[in-house]
This record gives sequence, C-alpha cells and structure tokens, in this order.
Amino acid sequence: MEHLLTVNRLQTAFRTDQGEVISIDDVSFRLKAGETLGIVGESGCGKSVTSLSIMRLLGAKGRISRGEIIFEDKSLGKLTEAQMRDIRGNDISMIFQEPMTSLNPVFTIGHQMIEAIRLHMSLDKKAARAYAIEMLKRVGIPRPEVMVDEYPHALSGGMRQRVMIAMALSCEPRLLIADEPTTALDVTIQAQILELMKKLKQESGTAIMLITHDLGVIAEMADKVIVMYAGQVVEETDVFTLFDEPKHPYTQGLMQSIPHIDAEHGERLASIPGSVPSLQNMPAGCRFRARCPHAMEKCEAELPPLIPAGKNHLTRCWLAVQPASMAKEAAYG
Amino acid sequence: MLAYIIRRLLIAVPVLLGVTIINFIVINLAPGSPVEMMIDPNTPPADIEAKKDALGLNDPLYLQYIHWLVDVFKGNFGFSLTTYQPVAQMIGERIGPTVTLMGLSFIVGLAIAVPLGIISATRQNSKLDYLATGGSFLGISIPNFFLALGLIYVFSLELKLLPSGGMITLGGDGGFVDRLKHLILPVLVLGTGIAGKKIRYVRSSVIDILGQDYLRTARAKGVREFMVVNKHALRNALIPIVTVIGLEVPILLGGAVVTEQIFSWPGIGQLTMGSIMNRDYPTLMALNLLAAFMVLAANLLTDIIYSVADPRIKYK
Repeated sequence: MEHLLTVNRLQTAFRTDQGEVISIDDVSFRLKAGETLGIVGESGCGKSVTSLSIMRLLGAKGRISRGEIIFEDKSLGKLTEAQMRDIRGNDISMIFQEPMTSLNPVFTIGHQMIEAIRLHMSLDKKAARAYAIEMLKRVGIPRPEVMVDEYPHALSGGMRQRVMIAMALSCEPRLLIADEPTTALDVTIQAQILELMKKLKQESGTAIMLITHDLGVIAEMADKVIVMYAGQVVEETDVFTLFDEPKHPYTQGLMQSIPHIDAEHGERLASIPGSVPSLQNMPAGCRFRARCPHAMEKCEAELPPLIPAGKNHLTRCWLAVQPASMAKEAAYG
Repeated sequence: MLAYIIRRLLIAVPVLLGVTIINFIVINLAPGSPVEMMIDPNTPPADIEAKKDALGLNDPLYLQYIHWLVDVFKGNFGFSLTTYQPVAQMIGERIGPTVTLMGLSFIVGLAIAVPLGIISATRQNSKLDYLATGGSFLGISIPNFFLALGLIYVFSLELKLLPSGGMITLGGDGGFVDRLKHLILPVLVLGTGIAGKKIRYVRSSVIDILGQDYLRTARAKGVREFMVVNKHALRNALIPIVTVIGLEVPILLGGAVVTEQIFSWPGIGQLTMGSIMNRDYPTLMALNLLAAFMVLAANLLTDIIYSVADPRIKYK
C-alpha cells in the first residue's frame, strides 16, 4: 500500500542570535493511511519541531533546511503558502498539548469551529453551524446546541480538548497530528480522550501521528513507534517489539524508568544519568554517547546510521552491528 | 450587570463629595484671593475686606462649602468672580471646542498608533520597527509646548500656511475649511503625543498576544496570516488597549491646558488656566467637579466596555 506520509531525511533549522541552529536532523519515517505512529522522546528532542515542520508552521525563524516531506504525492516543502493553507486543517490537522490556551478566549467555540469548517468546506453559515453542533456531539460534548455558543473559559480542560478534536476532525483530515494531546489533562480525562481518539480513528480511518513522552499512551494507541533523542530518530519499530526488546540503550533506559505498580517498597526508580546535549554544541558521533552505559570508541568517532536490528526494526546504535552469523540469523528470522 | 452599574453609580456620590471637599480646602489654602486679583493694588484694606464680606469670602470655610454645595444641588454653579457670567454657561461654551480638539487628536493619535504598533510588533527588530519605536520615543519626549512653538514658527511664521491660534479667523466666515485650518496644528501637537505613548502600548500588547497558543491553532486550521494577526490576535490585544484609552477619556473634557493656551484655543483647558490665575473659586470648583465626574464616568464606562470586549469578565 502507498504511504500517506513520507518524511525523508528531514532537517529543520532555526535562526538564533548565535547563528543557525539545527533542531532536528536526519529524521525519516513513513506512515500509511489509518495507521497510528507514536513519536516518543523527552522534552526538547524535536518531537514538536517534526510535527510543526510537516505543518510548515515553524514561524519566521525556522526553516526546513534539508530533506523532504511527501504527503499524498505532494512535496510539502515545495508548495506555496496558499497551497499549504488548503492542506492545513483540511488534509492535515493538529491538536495541541494545552487545551486551556489553544482556543481563542474571545470567540465562541462555535465561531472558531465554523471558521475552520467554512475555510475548507463549501457550507453556508447555517449549515456550518449545524455541522459544528454535529461534530461536538460526536466528540461527546453534552448539550452541543448550547455549548456551541459558549466561550472557551466556560469549559473544563477535557471538554476543551474534545472541542479541539472536533475542530481538527471536522474537515475529515487524512492525517491528524496530536502533539501531547493528553499531557495537560488528569488521568481519567486522559483515558477518555485516548478512547475518543481511538473511536474516531476507527470511524474515519484517519492516520494519527501521536507525539508524547508518555510510554503508557504509546502502548495504548500506537501501531508503530519512533523514539527520538536530541533531534534524531534513534529507534523505529512496531509497538510490540519496542516494549519486548528495545535495542537502543536510550530506549532501554526509558523503559527502565517507567514506574511499576508492583515495585518493591523503597526501591529507587531507574533514571538515565546526565542530560541532553544542547543544540549549540551537539557532539560529533553518537549523541547519546555521554549517557550510554555501553559507549565504545567507535561511538565517539562516528555517528551510527539507522541500522536494521530485526524485522521492521531500526536502531541508531553500533551495538546492533552483530557478528556475521547472527546478522544472517536475524535476516531469516 | 444592571445591578453592578447601579451600585457603581451609588458609590460615585460619596466619592464626588469627597473630591469637592478636598478641592475646596486646597483652593482656599492657596495664597491670594479673588478680590486681590480684581482690584487696584492701591485700594485701602478696608474696602477689600468689605468686598470680601460681600462675596462671602470671610465666612468660615465650612459655611462657604455648604453654601456652594446647596447651590450645586439646586443646579446652580454660581457666577464667575471675574466675568460675572454663570459658571455653567461659561463651561458649556467651552466644552464644544475642547471635545472637538481632543476628540480629533485622539482619533489622529490612535489612527497612527494602532497600525504602527501592530506593524512594529509583527516585524520585531526590523527597520520599520526601529522607525516606529524611535518615532514613538520622539513623540513622548518632545514637550507639547516646544513642538507647538516649532510648528507655529514653521507653518505660521515662515510658510504662512496655517493660522497660529484661535478657533476661527476673526472677521472671517468661520466656515468648515477655516475651522479645519485652525485645528491642524493643535491636533498635530496633541496627536503626536498620544500616538507616541500608544504605539508602545499597542506594540507590547500585540507582541504579548503573538506568542499565544491559540494563534498557532488558528494557523493550523488554515487561517491566512493576515486574519491571524488582524482578527485573532488584534481582538485580544485590544482588550488592554481599550482599558488604557478608556481611562484617558477624562482628558477629552479636561482639555489640554498648555496646548490650548499656546494656540489660544477657547476650550476648557484655557478656562482652567484663567480661573487659576484669577482665583476664580466658583469656576474652579465647577471645573474640578466636572473633571472628577468624568474620571468616574470613564472608569465605569471602561469597566463596561471591558466586559463586552472580554467574555471572560462578568460583573455581578
């Protein structure tokens, strides 16, 4: 099957006072229609920049400096701003981390939804309003015909995120980018929102790019996962393999640092020592080297490429380069 | 909302009373008296005292105040001690010119400040931004009297294009064009000052809003950048701007004392100046009452507009 979205060796740079800084480098992944791709990594690893690059919403200071993004045969980097506007909110839409601040406080929910609907669908005001109410109903907003005239401040965080989802899905996008959609919500609301996204995905067949730092959310939602570290993809595989046998030491570290409910009393939670190198002085070679328990000489000399480590499994780690016999085994396995 | 407004109006009564009491005391504490201003310095002291008695200026302060207050409640603001005209009539004659001058200056100032502020906020650190903030700095820094004199020198004395003062040409027809010509210079002076202050305000207010998440949401919906700035951002940025403008409405009636004086503009500012110089107590008291009333009214109006502009604000 054709891929809906292909991101190929994407590099995004931002202008700063200290010159241009490369935020994400050599990011590649592919997404099929109806698939859910999870992107995990800690704050500042480039998850959001990746998604904003796809939307081309990097602001005046950011630009895609290398690589390409192919969405349904179109190279997004080559489109004009007007063509890109037709795609935003229509073919690709986005929901954000902060439902409390992502809606404009001075316009009613209905106004903001109708604005998006009328930009991309040829509906008159009345029909757009009816459609907005219909969408609010679909995302489980009670009394949608009343709520449509409410201002955002009258809604709770969970309700606002539902509104954001209703707005994002109203033009039936092919791809929904969800940037930490549940991070700002409390746990029960998180579960409700994830459940809602799952349900809507089944109904509409929308592909989802789910950005999160919560491995629990990934386990719940994703088909395929990429792990990012310091602006690069360090591991890519399906969700089961990721949890069963993570290959990259960073992923392994992440797995160990998940708190378990059956942990011994007084047991310390494992953590990864050190911190992410800053963008201004990214080390040569492997970027995780300084924090890696398995660091070797080779790691300092040379940045590992994404190395196959099994079926549909890539890892950016020299450890994956196995002796010839084992590599053969893996290939057959 | 209605209950809130009524409550605010009731609170205004004691505030106004307090203001008039304080004003009355301060005015009377100032040295000099109206009588000294109106007579020949050689008049014998006994005659001065007689005149003071006749005007009630030798009564105890509290009695003078009560007399004034009772008259005000009857709708009588008294008579000017210098022109013997009714104070209400004098103020009434001057409100028109002042509102024209100040209103126009406000409109000109905002017409410059709002677009420039937005442009300079959306293109931070560009040449245009530096030009706007630099211009704003000049607008704030140049004293009105200096700018006024400079403009009079250039446009009235040297170029002979515009009149140097007054509201109409004496002996002229007093038509629209004539009035407009007289307005240009004072409006330019006052408008520059207002624009200077407001450019920075609009700029920082818009910059504040430009970083908000909901603008990213609007862009992600496919809204064009022009609408993102001029609809989604501006509507939010206007809330604090409306507040600041609302609180300045009182000077619409208070007039510009210095500028009116320089351009001999027959407005409230000039009247205030004149009444202070002449120790014209009844006129001063009425002017102060008017100013206090305007401040309270503008405050209330601002609060009401605020709740209209920002749906998050509701008064109970």
